Amino acid sequence: MHTQTDHLLALWGQLPELLRTLIWIVIITIAVILCVAFLTLWERKVIGWMQLRRGPNRVRILGMLPGLGQPFADVFKLLSKEVVVPSGSNKFLFRIAPALALIPALAAWAVIPLSPALVISKANAGLLYLLALSSMGVYGIILAGWAANSKYAFLGAMRSAAQMVAYEIAMGFALVGVLMASGSMNLGAIVRHQEGGLFAWNWLWLFPMLVVYFIAGVAETNRAPFDVAEGESEIVAGFHVEYSGIAFALFFLAEYANMILISALTAVLFFGGWLSPVAGYPLIGHTLLGDPSFFWLGLKIFVFLFLFLWFRATFPRYRYDQIMRLGWKALIPVTLVWIGVEMVMAAVHIGPWARPWFH
Amino acid sequence: MLALILFYIFATFLVAGAFGVITARNPVYSALFLVFSFINSAAIWLLIEAEFLAIVLVLVYVGAVMVLFLFVVMMLDINLAELRSGFTRFAWLGWLTALAVIAEIIGVVWRHGLGAIDVNTDFASEPANYSNTLQLGKVLYTRYAYPFELAAVLLVVALVAAIALTLRHRPGLKSQDASRQVAVRARDRLRIVKTPAEKRP
Repeated sequence: MHTQTDHLLALWGQLPELLRTLIWIVIITIAVILCVAFLTLWERKVIGWMQLRRGPNRVRILGMLPGLGQPFADVFKLLSKEVVVPSGSNKFLFRIAPALALIPALAAWAVIPLSPALVISKANAGLLYLLALSSMGVYGIILAGWAANSKYAFLGAMRSAAQMVAYEIAMGFALVGVLMASGSMNLGAIVRHQEGGLFAWNWLWLFPMLVVYFIAGVAETNRAPFDVAEGESEIVAGFHVEYSGIAFALFFLAEYANMILISALTAVLFFGGWLSPVAGYPLIGHTLLGDPSFFWLGLKIFVFLFLFLWFRATFPRYRYDQIMRLGWKALIPVTLVWIGVEMVMAAVHIGPWARPWFH
Repeated sequence: MLALILFYIFATFLVAGAFGVITARNPVYSALFLVFSFINSAAIWLLIEAEFLAIVLVLVYVGAVMVLFLFVVMMLDINLAELRSGFTRFAWLGWLTALAVIAEIIGVVWRHGLGAIDVNTDFASEPANYSNTLQLGKVLYTRYAYPFELAAVLLVVALVAAIALTLRHRPGLKSQDASRQVAVRARDRLRIVKTPAEKRP
């Protein structure tokens, strides 16, 4: 048994790097898609519990937990439905738009460090890459709205475009704050510069940035309470009103993959990624719990995903002009002020700026 | 070798995309072709290890500028027939400009000779920990600090001017003031009146 594992490991080492990277890409993509599937179930369950309902509880897998098979049932239902292409729509763009929404959401995972050893690309400009990709996600939505040749879809797309451009700026400034505190745009380095337990992580010194980043993240993913791009009570279902079947499911996949991505990024940028919160503490810090591992990153992602669902179950939808006001007049000034504060902190060497890498 | 193949692939796409920008009949397609060209030129920049410029090109132009472009183009009611009406009359001007630009390019190449333009892609790669962003930042904030700051000031002036030109306050217009709406307190709107309960006869 042992020799077999060694043999497999040796075989893995012999593979060309390109092939190994490809295999990792496939593994991570499938993992993200599976996470999306169960996230939809978890969302319906959580919101159900919050509203004193049971949520999906009919489809079982192998007699386990009621509702566990719901995501697969949904997928098969959607796969078997016809993708209706409206007359007068732009056929090519209409078909390609869901893919344009999904691709950036999946491609961004290339630079996310999942564990100390596992990251597909150690890109030096990882942070910029993420910003660039998250800004490209809007094309899927705009093109879907325009190509559908429907007024509701078009209104949704316009709302979404304006909203995403506005919140990207706040998000970018929040990332500038992280960049200042970490001295690197490589996500692995950002995590490693936060070493030293719960209170060494960026969230403490960059708290306003964290708040702005997460709010902007919720807005970027078009989630409640910022989901005016869908706004079913005002513009039916917004940009994807004309989509059916699996094309509609792709938009959902993109939205949920983006949610997981934003949660992972919040964990990596502000909460030490794979680092353990108890690392370096006496007694418990030297056990298995103190070791950095994927477990911690997964746990943090889960917590932030829960926040997304909690927001959706709790907050009423923002009015459109107030979303714009919040983005431009509240979040951006907060980040600008805090960048100034960070400059002062860096000058007097406190917080993250007291660490050896800064000198 | 791989870099050379990739370069030719991206360059072909870039030229094809640029050609699409000027030939597409639908302005939305033109804008999308431009996005495609930007992405391909960013890929070419990546090949020469200028990752900062490449990603910022995508971030700024694809992610923000072109989104606004599309926004405007989709909203405009463009009459294509009217736009194309003067095509034959002004075509000679376009050809003249194109020829002038081509002549300039040929002139530059002619003067320096082809040897000056390094078509060899096997240049010495930078070490793995080389950060393009860091190097750019160092140069921008030391050697070119004043031009950089000047450019920043210029952009701010342009921004203020753009807002000042488009911001109009029409008198007598009824609009919502979000700050006042948010600042509303319950006691401004609601008066709780105590009414004594009637005694049972």
